[in-house]
Amino acid sequence: MQLSREQMLQAYRRMKVIREFEERLHVDIATGAIAGFTHLYCGQEAVAVGVCEHLDVEDKIVSTHRGHGHCLAKGCDVEGMMKEIWGSREGLCKGKGGSMHIADTDVGMLGANGIVGAGAPIAVGAALAAKLDGKGKVAITFSGDGACNQGTTFEAMNLAVVTKAPCVFVFENNHYSEHTGFDYAVGTQKDIASRAEAFGMQVWRADGTDFFAVHDTMRELLDYVRAGNGPAAVEFDTERFFGHFEGDPQRYRGEGELDRIRATRDCLKNFRKNVVSAKLLTDSDLDEIDAAVLDQIEAAVAAAKAAERPTAADVLTDVYVTY
Amino acid sequence: MAQMMYRDAVRSTIFEAMEQDDRVVVLGEDVVGGMGTAGGPEAIGGIWSTSTGFYDRFGPDRVIDTPISESAIVGAAGGLALAGKKPVAELMFADFIGVSLDQIWNQIAKFRYMFGGKSTCPAIIRMAYGAGFNAAAQHSQSVHQFLTAMPGLKVVMPSTPEDVRGLLREALRGDDPVIFLEHKALYGVTGEVPDGDYTIPFGHARLARAGQDLTLVATGLMVGRCEVAADTLAKDGIGCDVIDLRTTSPLDEEAVLDSIEVTGRLVVVDEAPQRCSLATDIAALAAQKAFASLKAPVEMVCAPHSPVPFAAELEREYLPSADKIEAAARKALAWR
Ligand SMILES: Cc1ncc(C[n+]2csc(CCOP(=O)(O)OP(=O)(O)O)c2C)c(N)n1
Ligand SMILES: [Mg+2]
Repeated sequence: MQLSREQMLQAYRRMKVIREFEERLHVDIATGAIAGFTHLYCGQEAVAVGVCEHLDVEDKIVSTHRGHGHCLAKGCDVEGMMKEIWGSREGLCKGKGGSMHIADTDVGMLGANGIVGAGAPIAVGAALAAKLDGKGKVAITFSGDGACNQGTTFEAMNLAVVTKAPCVFVFENNHYSEHTGFDYAVGTQKDIASRAEAFGMQVWRADGTDFFAVHDTMRELLDYVRAGNGPAAVEFDTERFFGHFEGDPQRYRGEGELDRIRATRDCLKNFRKNVVSAKLLTDSDLDEIDAAVLDQIEAAVAAAKAAERPTAADVLTDVYVTY
Repeated sequence: MAQMMYRDAVRSTIFEAMEQDDRVVVLGEDVVGGMGTAGGPEAIGGIWSTSTGFYDRFGPDRVIDTPISESAIVGAAGGLALAGKKPVAELMFADFIGVSLDQIWNQIAKFRYMFGGKSTCPAIIRMAYGAGFNAAAQHSQSVHQFLTAMPGLKVVMPSTPEDVRGLLREALRGDDPVIFLEHKALYGVTGEVPDGDYTIPFGHARLARAGQDLTLVATGLMVGRCEVAADTLAKDGIGCDVIDLRTTSPLDEEAVLDSIEVTGRLVVVDEAPQRCSLATDIAALAAQKAFASLKAPVEMVCAPHSPVPFAAELEREYLPSADKIEAAARKALAWR
């Protein structure tokens, strides 16, 4: 199904926001302006956006340690996120959570997560709630090729199957879990989707660096899940452009690997090439977005720098609702 | 005597044990670093550089890089130990113990007792703990308080490179399961390490400072902060015993009680929240067994009853500081 001009512009803009958000964090982390453990999503934008463009606020997602892209794609506020990562009291989580724990339940974003594999069971719960509500909503869990080895992920897949939960297991295979290669850590040496299939799920596979492939796949998959057929899984082959965390020396990469994936597997470049050559959008349409996004990110950083800092009195707030 | 970094003390002690005893096996996530990549094994060599070079020397059968599966890592360590090996398992962050808790709590800790003393399970589970890196609620926690409460586990919290080597050797030579807690902020600390094959027995505290007026009790990173506070107080002529417990299970009760008998004033410092903590445990010990010696209420300097916050300002407030320890000490000293 052909996307409208507006849909394409919106998708490109969302991917670009993620890209520039991350590129800017990369700079501000290197100078020491931002503290903590930060895992950048650069390179995987087409997955987050290609998935989330099909969702509304009542659909839920559960994310990972590499969560900025999922948050932005689901509609978390850019400035609120930037402030959070800068540790401000005005941040989306009041500076309590930081990069690894960004959440905004108002937009159906149930949290990034510092514990690998913790997200999948949570998504099953959210899916069961959606099933109870009976409005055709779904819950999506994003997992990596590393997280797919965690027992929690296996348990969640089986629970979703036996309960026919409207849960979607999105596996982003970026070929690395930290410094370990996919070929070593995933025993099937084949793919992740076949594991999900073995649990009794319908599965899909697609190129995660091609926005249109992701978007088309997800349309089909979500039609299936929303129709009450139970859970489904999809594996997207994708790339991470930066280190596992900021500061990773990446000595496990092959010669020229980063240059190669930046040149040939960049979802933003691929998107532009596709839509311009098919005369769906023009270079200047996209250039306009690029410029606007850079301004938006610059403004978010300025706001984060100027934002109020938390104080000692904030430590003990929000531990409980009442106590 | 040689100068050695805390992380090198960990690495060298395990390496030497592997040379001497082929039952010693290492397992954990990215302990090799680079498996299945173009860079190859040892491309990174362990997140904390505590297993660098192991794989090249001892190979894949004894240096096992695992997928992300904490429950299986710890469980396999238990099985290796029951089957006669000496596993040293690594949890990259102590917080991940949550994923593997059954294998520690219901399995490894209890085997010997449940099996009527017939088996031994000398599994060592190492993990990096502690706050101070803006790593937020799931990568900064202290876990000693609840592990200490589990019968069957020995819990070790070295504060110096010298103690790392002595205590880790003791763990490697013993036959009980040991939780070995390495504070992230100590990995880069350098200290003198004695030559030779020394061990440090569990349940023997170290007197880091000696004084007559006040007893400070701590473990891990908090020992250094107590020393700073003690040195400040010393300028005012106040002498502190700083007791580094070294192991929280077994606990050197005598060292604590003997000191309180002299000083009559106790400040306990704990990086974990106070409720059901090591601090309350030591305070209870004092109340129960040194009541007559106490001249002031026991002071506790602990983390607040909250998860570990992210922002620097919040985390600074969260962690017990030398200033807070000094203030608590002065309060205890001012009592009547
Ligand atoms: C339970 C747990 N174990 C280990 C880690 C450390 N860790 C953080 S991310 C990561 C790799 C995850 O790999 P993958 O699932 O492929 O996600 P990616 O980083 O590629 O996005 C590891 C081992 C963790 N945070 N939580
Ligand atoms: Mg991965």
